[in-house]
Amino acid sequence: MSIQEFFAMGGYAFYVWTSYGLTLIVLLANIIIPIVQRKQFFRQNLKQRR
Amino acid sequence: MPWLVVIFLLLTAAGLYGGLYLAPPDYQQGDSYRIIYIHVPSAWMSLFIYVVMAIAGAIGLIWRIKLAEIVAISSAPIGASFTFIALVTGSLWGKPMWGTWWVWDARLTSELILLFLYLGVIGLYGAIDDKRVASKAVAILALVGVVNIPIIHYSVEWWNTLHQGPTVTKMDKPSIHVSMLIPLLLMALSFNVYYLIALIQRARVELLERERTAQWVKNRVSERKQ
Repeated sequence: MSIQEFFAMGGYAFYVWTSYGLTLIVLLANIIIPIVQRKQFFRQNLKQRR
Repeated sequence: MPWLVVIFLLLTAAGLYGGLYLAPPDYQQGDSYRIIYIHVPSAWMSLFIYVVMAIAGAIGLIWRIKLAEIVAISSAPIGASFTFIALVTGSLWGKPMWGTWWVWDARLTSELILLFLYLGVIGLYGAIDDKRVASKAVAILALVGVVNIPIIHYSVEWWNTLHQGPTVTKMDKPSIHVSMLIPLLLMALSFNVYYLIALIQRARVELLERERTAQWVKNRVSERKQ
């Protein structure tokens, strides 16, 4: 199987890769959001203490 | 944590390699069926996380254990995410196979209700300032919503639907070839590990927010100052 064939997904490329791409975005967001919130928490509480 | 991430990446890599490359196309659906490797594990997780959330909520309600309350509310956005993924990938699979993005049948509608239950839990928790009271309210809502879980699972048997019946979670031998079953189970495992990672991340922030007046949090903040 060639690389082009692999990415073509037998003509269903749009449906398959949109599914996988969206899943990746949502799963990444669930990891990144808490990291950002954690940083924000420390930043806010540092300000309050000064 | 780092070793959890390693396990997750290994499982995902193996699952995707098996599912997208090694497994043959479906004899009826061609390559479109490959959405199964995220659609089905996501749908399983959406149910599993809901049950975890409800049980943790009940434990918090009965024994007033803070950690259980934190596990319950930290699970909600992750469960909502998996429900969303299950719905959207289902839609993207339904369009080429059924000819429609959406039908108001039992399986799809009950899964959509699950998403609203998750969003209800998140919204209710945010609306109440006293987080211990909020946890009680959220636990009751989550427990009432548990009734939806068996409805989702059996919907394809109880009602006529476009959605196919179970091929794995049934009493008989799974009616899916082993070359497709193994990557599917690997992805299910990988999503379980992912849930654990995401849950720990969320729970840590939730704990900090809740205990902002506690001495150990103040110490943690002043350590950061230097």
